[in-house]
Amino acid sequence: MEPLSWGEIVLRILGLLTPVWIGLVATIALSIAFKRRLGLYGKLFDSPIGMVGFGLVMFWVFTAIFGAMDLIVTHDALSQSASMKNEPPGTPYSKLIGDPDPDAYPFYLLGGDNLGRDVFSRVVDGAWIVIQIAPLATLFAFMVGITLGLPAAYYGGRLDTFLSFLANLILAFPVILLFYLLVTPEIVATGIPSYMAAVMFVFPILFATVLLNSRYHTRPSVRTPVLAAVIAVLGWLYLSLISERAGALEVLPSWLDLFDIPGGILVVFVSVVFVNSPTVFRIVRGIAMDIKTRDYVAAAQTRGEGAWYIMLWEILPNARGPLIVDFCLRVGYTTILLGTLGFFGLGLPPESPDWGSTINEGRKLLSIYLHPALPPALALLSLVLGLNLLADGLREESLRD
Amino acid sequence: MGTFILRRVWVMILTALCLTFIVFFLTNLYPNLEKLAKTQGNVRMSDEQVQTWLETRGYLQPLPVKYGQWLGVLPGWQGVTTDGRAVGQCLEPGRPPEAAPRFCGVLQGDWGNSSVFKEPVWDIVSKRLGLTGKLMFWVMVLMVPSALLLGVLAGMREGSRTDRTLSTFAITTTATPEYVSGVILIAVFASSAVGLKWFKGTATSAMEDATFENFFLPVLTIALYGMGYIARMTRASMAEVMTQQYIRTARLKGVSFPNIVLKHALRNALIAPFTVIMLQFPWLLNGVVIVETLFNYKGFGWTLVQAAGNNDIELLLGVSVVSVFVVLVTQLISDIVYVYLNPRIKVA
Repeated sequence: MEPLSWGEIVLRILGLLTPVWIGLVATIALSIAFKRRLGLYGKLFDSPIGMVGFGLVMFWVFTAIFGAMDLIVTHDALSQSASMKNEPPGTPYSKLIGDPDPDAYPFYLLGGDNLGRDVFSRVVDGAWIVIQIAPLATLFAFMVGITLGLPAAYYGGRLDTFLSFLANLILAFPVILLFYLLVTPEIVATGIPSYMAAVMFVFPILFATVLLNSRYHTRPSVRTPVLAAVIAVLGWLYLSLISERAGALEVLPSWLDLFDIPGGILVVFVSVVFVNSPTVFRIVRGIAMDIKTRDYVAAAQTRGEGAWYIMLWEILPNARGPLIVDFCLRVGYTTILLGTLGFFGLGLPPESPDWGSTINEGRKLLSIYLHPALPPALALLSLVLGLNLLADGLREESLRD
Repeated sequence: MGTFILRRVWVMILTALCLTFIVFFLTNLYPNLEKLAKTQGNVRMSDEQVQTWLETRGYLQPLPVKYGQWLGVLPGWQGVTTDGRAVGQCLEPGRPPEAAPRFCGVLQGDWGNSSVFKEPVWDIVSKRLGLTGKLMFWVMVLMVPSALLLGVLAGMREGSRTDRTLSTFAITTTATPEYVSGVILIAVFASSAVGLKWFKGTATSAMEDATFENFFLPVLTIALYGMGYIARMTRASMAEVMTQQYIRTARLKGVSFPNIVLKHALRNALIAPFTVIMLQFPWLLNGVVIVETLFNYKGFGWTLVQAAGNNDIELLLGVSVVSVFVVLVTQLISDIVYVYLNPRIKVA
């Protein structure tokens, strides 16, 4: 078979991404049709920058989801073919020993890497890893930052001094040094990341409990069942998250353990949350200090509302604009951090298709072969750029009213 | 002002102590020590042998004691190995054990020895810091003026086409981490297969003899990532200054636009970006590690990766102390200068 020309490669890739295009067009069309009823999200479609950013982000989200559903990926991201090593984009798929499976996709659209794996499939699979970890880790970091930042700003005094000192302590660490100290097999063997996970993953439960309790504590008939249900569900998720079979923490018997996170991913997750939380803490604290002086807070205080009610139901909703913008930026930053971890070969298994690891492998032969390193690099760039543009669009639109 | 600086210095010392203790704790965990014993002694040591090896060398003392010894506030460890040799922190080959000083920690200027490079830690760190200093100097030379120029040009007419173009460029650079821009720059400018072949893809030769050809790409890679952020700060600050009353007054008086920008707006607009530039140091340190690995430039960041990857405990501690120190000192300077520059902030 003849190798594909560049035009054919582009056409084939565009064709493979058909589900993504359908998803994108449907989302954008629906959102534009109903944009007046969608609040801040709808206003996003008034700003061209925000729309471009949203499009880029949703492109990768759909690619990741449909890739994980096996609608896009052409080859297994881990299977190697000795005759495809470093082959340029568009090379027909072949195997050194035996014939390739007749059902297999006949080309390596973006070529093969140094172990003869399909670069295109690895980029698509890498998107799934990023889309799974980055937003969730950022969300956890926000939970930690909000739960600690609000009281620090509201109460001030000793508590504030202490928490700010802790936050500055972590921020003074160069991130890469922290990663190198936290994400090594030796540290993982001592179980420290598992203990850190056990501490940090409490915060979402704490947050939800305080949030509901401060709202409904005057109505025990509603509060008690709701709180009990929320704590039960979250607590179960928490316990099955932190308890690992044959790991440092084994709390739940295995029949109760819902899922097991592979050790590497958990460590990566924990360290990313750990690095992000102090910055979120500082942002939340700063905004809350400002909002604390407003009249409606004073009014709530005069009404005799509890401190946590004021923090979570008066201050937090009014801080949402900057927080949403920062969330988008921070997901991008987390993506960069994940890539950094992969780039230094920390945490994730070496054959993992995430973008950082792929760039790291591709860079070793970069002066001769460009195609293994460039696609993941451009993918990461476009996703983070999309998130930044999205944040910019959101900021512009939220400032408008 | 004096008490303010004193208080800041006190907090800084406290932070430094806490951070070094954390690093000390993490590097002195038992699995690390076990690995050290096996690489230094014998790979096939049994568990008991590892125990005695560590015990005779004082690694199994309580953590605060070890930290005190490393810091130099407690007397250094002295012990005797199973075959009767005296070992200890303060001993040096070629000097009798009796003549060794009692204290030998960081405070005495004794940073220990690297177990991989077989050299005193201080020698390695100072040599590598010099190389990284050279890199950082050129990064600053390239990054700061271009970022400020970019920000001022974009911010002086908010919403104009120049503003849109420059802002998009700034956003793109902040969205491009060093390992992405480095790979793209190498692909475009240095790849031997395709591309322009203007520059070299490695900077190893730049350690002795830096030329434009072998040094520009690493410098550009670090500068690009930091540039966007400073430019956006400058733009925001410039745009805010341009809406002030005194700028309008100047315009109404008929002062020319370039004069307004240069004489009235610039100075006030540069206060905020200046602190940002100082606070970029911790970030740049990250970039330095990535770029030095990518371009194989054996500076401070490269040493960090080597020390961490090879479980070189004392070198890693030295590197951590220096990097934490750099970060804290820049924070302190930026705080002080900010107060000095901005008359609206009064510190008792």
